[in-house]
Amino acid sequence: MNAEELEQIAEAAHAERAKFDYEVNVCMGTGCLSQHSDKVKAAIEKEAAGCGKKCHVRRTGCMGLCAAGPMVLMEPSEMRYGHVHEGDAKEVIASLGGEPVARLDPHLGGYFDGQNHVVLENSGHIDPEKIEEYIARGGYEALVKALTDMNPASVIEQISKSGLRGRGGGGYPTGLKWDTVAKVKGAQKYVICNGDEGDPGAFMDRSVLESDPQRVIEGMAIAAYAIGATKGYIYVRAEYPLAVQRLTVALQQARRRGFLGNGICETTFSFDIDIRLGAGAFVCGEETALIASIEGKRGTPRPRPPYPAVSGLWGDPTLINNVETFANVPPIIRNGGEWFSSMGTARSKGTKVFALTGKIQRTGLVEVPMGMTLRQIIFGIGGGVPDGRKFKAVQTGGPSGGCLPEEHLDLSISYDALISAGSMMGSGGMIVMDDTSCMVSVARFFMEFCMTESCGKCVPCRAGTVQMYELLSKICAGEATHRDLNQLVELCEVVGATSLCGLGQTAPNPVLSTLRYFKHEYLAHIDEKRCPAGVCELSPAAVEVHA
Amino acid sequence: MSDVKTLATVWLDGCSGCHMSLLDMDERLIELSSQFRLVYSPLVDCKTFPEHVDVTLVEGAVASVDDLKKIRKIREHTRVLVSLGDCALTGNVSAMRNSCGVQLVMLRVYEQNADLQKQVPTVGVPALLERVRPVHEVVPVDVFVPGCPPSADTIYQVLSELLAGKVPTLEGVAHFG
Amino acid sequence: MSAEPNVRTLTINGEEISARSDQTILEAAREHNIAIPTLCHLEGLSEVGACRLCLVEVKGARRLLPACVTQVAEGMEVTTHNAKIDRYRTMILELFFAERNHVCSVCVANGNCELQSLSLQLGMTHVEIPYQYPQLPVDASHPRFTVDHNRCVLCTRCVRVCAEIEGANTWGVMGRGGQSLVITDLKQPWGDSETCTSCGKCVQVCPTGALFEKGRAGSKVRKHPEFLPYLRIMREGEQP
Repeated sequence: MNAEELEQIAEAAHAERAKFDYEVNVCMGTGCLSQHSDKVKAAIEKEAAGCGKKCHVRRTGCMGLCAAGPMVLMEPSEMRYGHVHEGDAKEVIASLGGEPVARLDPHLGGYFDGQNHVVLENSGHIDPEKIEEYIARGGYEALVKALTDMNPASVIEQISKSGLRGRGGGGYPTGLKWDTVAKVKGAQKYVICNGDEGDPGAFMDRSVLESDPQRVIEGMAIAAYAIGATKGYIYVRAEYPLAVQRLTVALQQARRRGFLGNGICETTFSFDIDIRLGAGAFVCGEETALIASIEGKRGTPRPRPPYPAVSGLWGDPTLINNVETFANVPPIIRNGGEWFSSMGTARSKGTKVFALTGKIQRTGLVEVPMGMTLRQIIFGIGGGVPDGRKFKAVQTGGPSGGCLPEEHLDLSISYDALISAGSMMGSGGMIVMDDTSCMVSVARFFMEFCMTESCGKCVPCRAGTVQMYELLSKICAGEATHRDLNQLVELCEVVGATSLCGLGQTAPNPVLSTLRYFKHEYLAHIDEKRCPAGVCELSPAAVEVHA
Repeated sequence: MSDVKTLATVWLDGCSGCHMSLLDMDERLIELSSQFRLVYSPLVDCKTFPEHVDVTLVEGAVASVDDLKKIRKIREHTRVLVSLGDCALTGNVSAMRNSCGVQLVMLRVYEQNADLQKQVPTVGVPALLERVRPVHEVVPVDVFVPGCPPSADTIYQVLSELLAGKVPTLEGVAHFG
Repeated sequence: MSAEPNVRTLTINGEEISARSDQTILEAAREHNIAIPTLCHLEGLSEVGACRLCLVEVKGARRLLPACVTQVAEGMEVTTHNAKIDRYRTMILELFFAERNHVCSVCVANGNCELQSLSLQLGMTHVEIPYQYPQLPVDASHPRFTVDHNRCVLCTRCVRVCAEIEGANTWGVMGRGGQSLVITDLKQPWGDSETCTSCGKCVQVCPTGALFEKGRAGSKVRKHPEFLPYLRIMREGEQP
C-alpha cells in the first residue's frame, strides 16, 4: 500500500458513489437499532428500488441525536429526519430532490448548529463495515503520510504540538505519554486502546467504535509506529456486542488492505491488533487493572509507579490511550498539530465528545470545541430541560466527577475549569438533572456504583465506600444526625487520600460536590426530616419524632 | 471531704467479667475506697440511679429496650461515662447475634433447644433490639477501656487517674480481647 | 563495578539515613528502627500495596505513598508520622475492624494477632464507624486447618504464599468489593481441594485468626512466617 494505491481506492469509491444521485443514510447504531432502524432501512431500500431515482441506501453508525431515533441523513442535501418509521419510507424517498417532509422534523431543533465534528467526522456518513468508504473520506492518509514522510519523532512532535490530552478522563498530555514510551528501551512494546467505557450515562466510545472503527485502528497504528510497538490490543466491554462485531470486521478489512500486518505500506513497520473483551468490571478501565485483565489475571489495579509506560503488559513498555484519544490522531497527522491546537482553550485543545443524557430535551452525542459553555451545550444544543421543569444541576465525569449547579452554567468547558469547579471532564458523560432530583439521592446513587464496582483490593475503597453508602442511605431516610454528616465528610477525606487507584480516590467526589453546592438539601434531610425534591422516602419513625 | 467522688457501675448486656476484674483489684480497692463513694452498682443495694454521679463505669453492650432506656438516663446524670470492656466498646460476644438476626436466636434458644414449654417469652422481660450496639453508638462516651475483660491493673490505672481528676489515656496500653 | 553508585541518602522524619538504591522506604526505615505499620506486607512475599497502613508523606509527591512499594531516591524527604497520617491510619484500621466480625475475645489468635497488635500500636481504643456485622461462612472441611472468613482482612498473604512459595496456587480471591472472599480452588471446600498440599504455609502467614490449625488456639500458639525469606533464598538458589 502506498499513497497512489490509497488514492485509487478512494477514486473507485467516489466513482461508485457517483452512480447515484441521492444517498439515504440510515443510522444503525445501538440507539436507533433499539427503535428498529433495521426495519426502516429495509423499507426504504424496498421503496428506493422501485422509485426510479438513482438512490443508494446506506447503513451507517450513530448520527448523534439518539432522542430522535431512528434517524436518517440524506446526501448530498445534508437533510436529516428524525423518528422515521417503516411507514415513512415512501415519503422519505419521495422527498429526495424535492420539498422536505415537515412532519419528520427536518431541522431537529438546531441540534447540529455549533457542533464541530472531528472525531465524529465520518459518523453517520460511512458504512462502518466498508473500509473503502473510510478511505474515500481521507482515511489512512495519515498512516501513509506518517510511514512514508515522517519519522517517529516527528509524529510525536505533531501530537505534542496539537496539545491533545487524554480523553479517558485524566487529561494527561498525549504527546508526553507517547514520548515517554518511545524513549523507554525495550525489545517489545505494546499499544492498548482502552474501550472499557463504564461511566453511567456515557456512550461516546461505543458510538465511535460502532460508527467509525477504522479511525481507531489507524490512530493505534500511527501510535505504534511512533513508539516502536508491534502489537496492539483493543480492550472493549463485552456489553458492546455491536461495537465488537464492527471492530472485528474492520480489523479483517484493515489486514486485507495491508494497513495491519507485516511490512505495512512497503516499509519495515509491522503491527497487528487483537480484541480483548472485558467482563464488565468498571475498575478494568483503570490502566493497571486493564493490563492485568488482558494478561488473564483478576482485574485489580496495582500501585504505580512503575507506570505502564515503563512496565506494562507482560512487564513491557506499554502505551494506553482511550478510544476517543486514538480517534483524534488521524486528523491531527493529516492536518498538522497546529490545526488541532487552533481549536479549544489555552490548555485544553481540540473538541470533545459528550454524551448528553438525563432530563434534557434532546438526548444524544455531541462534539463541541473545548471552551464552549455548559449553557450552550445544555440549552443551545440539548434544548434545555423538558416539561417546563427547572434546571438544577449537571453531572460530569461519571462516578469520579461532580454535580455543577446553575451558577456554573457559564463555565467554559476545559479540563482545568471543571476541576476547579469541583467536577472533572471524565470521559464525557453529561447527565442533566431538574428540580425533581434529590442531590443526596444522586450522591447515594454514585456511591452505590463505586461500592459495587470496587475491586476489593484496598481497604479504604472496599470498606469505606460501604460506610459512605450507608451514611448516605441514613441521610436519605431522615435518620441521620450531624455526627453522621461529620463522619461522612471525614470518610470522604480518608478514602480520597488513601485509596490505591483512581476509583477509590475519586469515589467521594459526587458527595463532596453536592455538599459544596447543595448542602441545604443534606441539612433539610437531617434537621427538618424533609426531602426538598420529594424523592426520598423518609422513615415514618424519623418524621414522627421530628414532628 | 469534698474530693470524695461518686462512682457508679452498671451492667448491661455482658457476662459480668468486667465487674469480676474490678473486684480483682483486691487490696487496691481498699486503697481507692477512701476516694470514692459507690452510689449505684450491681454490687450494692441502691435501686435508683442518683441525680449526679461523677464517674460511671458501663459494662456490657446495649441489647434491649431496657438497656437503651437505662444508658440514656445514666448518660444524663453522669459527668464522666466510661465504657468498660469489649462488650461496651465493640458489642463483642453480645453482638455476635447481629449477623444472624434476633428472630433466629430466639427460635434457637426458646424453641429448638427447649424441652418444655417451647415459646418465646414476651411478658416480664424487655424486648431485644434488632441489633446489639456498642455504648458509644447510642450515647456519647468519654473514656474507652478495651479488654475482655480489662485487667485489674488497667482498671486500677483508669480509676486512679479519674479520681485524681485526670483523663486517663489508654492508647498503647490496653487492646481488644 | 556498576557505574551508578547504589547508595542513596534520604531523610526519614528529619533523620538522615542511607539505603541501597533497590530498597523501598519501608526496608530502609525498618533497617534504622523507624516503625511504619503494615498488614499486607510480609518479608519473603511480593508486595501488593493493599492495606494502605504504610502510607507515608514524601516531600514533593502529590499523594501519600505506600512505603512498601516506593523505592528510595536521592534526597528524598519522608515523614512517617504526623497528625494527619496517624488519623488516616486509625480510620483505615477502624474500617478493617468494622467490615467483618473481629471478636477478639473469642478468637483463636487472641494475643497473637497482627490486627489486634496494630490497634494497640496505633492507639485505637474503639471503633467510631458502625460495625457491618456481615454473615460469613467458616470452612472446617480440611482435616488440619480451618478458614474463618469473619476474621479475614483480605491481605492476600495466603494467596501469595501459596502461589509464590509453595507453587500450588490453591488460594485465590473471588467476588468484588466488600463481597470479596479468599477461596480454595474454584470455591470448593478446602477439604476437597485437589491442589492443596496441606503444607500449612497459608496458616503461618495469616496475620489474624482467619486461617488456623485445628486443636490449637490462644496466645501461646505463635505463627511462624519468618521462614519465608529463607525458603525464597533456597528456592532461587541465591546466597544470603
